[in-house]
Amino acid sequence: MIRVSHLGVTFNPGTPLEKRALNGVDFTVEPGEFVTLIGSNGAGKSTLLGAVAGDVMASEGSIVIGETDVTRRAAARRAGLVARVFQDPLAGSCGTLSIEENLALAAARGRSRGLASALSRSRRTLFRERIAELGLGLENRLEDQMGLLSGGQRQAVSLVMATLAGCEVLLLDEHTAALDPHMAAFVLELTCRFQAELGLTTLMVTHSMRQALDAGTRTVMLHEGRIVLDVKGDERKGLGVDDLVDMFRKVRGQEIEDDALLL
Amino acid sequence: MTEIAFWGAVELGLVYAFVALGVYLAFRVLDFPDLTVDGSMPLGAATSAVLLIHGVNPWLATLAAMGAGAVAGIVTATLNVRFKILHLLASILTMTALFSIDLRVMGRPNVALLTEDTVLTPFYGLGMPDYYVRPAFCFVLVVIAVALVAWFLRSEFGLAMRATGANARMARAQGVRTDLQIYVGMALSNALVGLAGALFAQTNGFADVTSGVGTIVVGLAAVIIGETLLPSRLVTIALIGAVIGSVVYRIAVQLALSADVIGLKASDLNLVTAVLVAIALILPRLRKKGRAA
Repeated sequence: MIRVSHLGVTFNPGTPLEKRALNGVDFTVEPGEFVTLIGSNGAGKSTLLGAVAGDVMASEGSIVIGETDVTRRAAARRAGLVARVFQDPLAGSCGTLSIEENLALAAARGRSRGLASALSRSRRTLFRERIAELGLGLENRLEDQMGLLSGGQRQAVSLVMATLAGCEVLLLDEHTAALDPHMAAFVLELTCRFQAELGLTTLMVTHSMRQALDAGTRTVMLHEGRIVLDVKGDERKGLGVDDLVDMFRKVRGQEIEDDALLL
Repeated sequence: MTEIAFWGAVELGLVYAFVALGVYLAFRVLDFPDLTVDGSMPLGAATSAVLLIHGVNPWLATLAAMGAGAVAGIVTATLNVRFKILHLLASILTMTALFSIDLRVMGRPNVALLTEDTVLTPFYGLGMPDYYVRPAFCFVLVVIAVALVAWFLRSEFGLAMRATGANARMARAQGVRTDLQIYVGMALSNALVGLAGALFAQTNGFADVTSGVGTIVVGLAAVIIGETLLPSRLVTIALIGAVIGSVVYRIAVQLALSADVIGLKASDLNLVTAVLVAIALILPRLRKKGRAA
């Protein structure tokens, strides 16, 4: 569960570059809920995700994950509660380490790390099984460098990494945006499967309206640091991409020249 | 080159192998270009030499030298992590300060160890010539150090350290406290260099405040030669490569200096070192270009 209360984030306060990225955001994600987060560039989607993850510190308000108030905790100290997959396939893993070493890093997420071997036999077996589930044939390449994989393969492995250790919430920051359409569909399908199997509370930022409505159980639209739309259930089922685009126009109070930008 | 000169080169290479291991930890594992080593090497030599003169047990004196090196590493790490000073500059500041500290520790620019017992003393009387004993002793210590560092880097903590150097943001997302990793890594790296200093003082019979000049270049040369001779992604192989690189480098330098034809003098050592490292850095690039063309 995530409970965000009166969350405000201001970048460069007191300078000419001051930017109010989030402006009093209130919302609660129930356990097991899968929320898709949309909004135009600069709406505050990534800032909200960053604030929950701890990359961005809240200027005001509070953030509770599970039972823990994490408002003042740095990213590394929230990692036991938060699993993440980044937009850039290179960002979420270490290209110079092997696949199994990346998995071992993720398997210890949020735990203290000691001097025991990072790659025990039992762990290797577990990794092989989990990677085999992807059906990409990577289970025979566990000792290969992560950097040798394609972007899509890296994102798929990143998803496995995110689910190796337990977590309260899964944060996905446009994690299919950098992939070709085929791989993007595969990774999204994988995301939905893992989310359903493990009942993960999930927050996914996306630029694609189609994806925002197809995946997940609830859709939230941000605009200028505020929530302007929050739909779930039957109301959401009745929505089409056109309706979302209309709403986009309405909140922006202007015509959007190129619909293709949103689709 | 005489046999004694050869074993002398091997011995020096094995002493500097500890520098190479330290440089590997800082430069390759943490991706932290650390020049502190130019100061922590003579610091280790000075600390151990002064303690030996005061009759402290040689092993304790050597341990103290490692501790002193570790503190130097932590100072650099603090300047960088806590006060956000650029890593290169932070290490130069520590290195500069250490020059004065080394003088304070010794009370004078150099200290001779002539009659004092060293960690090597018990092994001199065993019937082997001294010029075999020293490299053999250093070799055993190097093997132990390589084994320990390799084990460390393959542990969960060590893996987190490698991730810190490779992708700090990802490491933090996995709950790795990257600041702590830099502190520990820099302490460990400079402790190894301090150990090199202590061994240098005890095998050569003196500690000198100027002996640290160019240490970083020598360490880097060893790491690069090792990577060229034993290219591997496995940390254990890379560590062994650094040790071999250090020895090969010393033998190459000895050959260059003893070849009268070239007309090099011992004082040309730093120039030879810099040129060798420059060549080692340029060659892979040229090779790549040649392949592309």
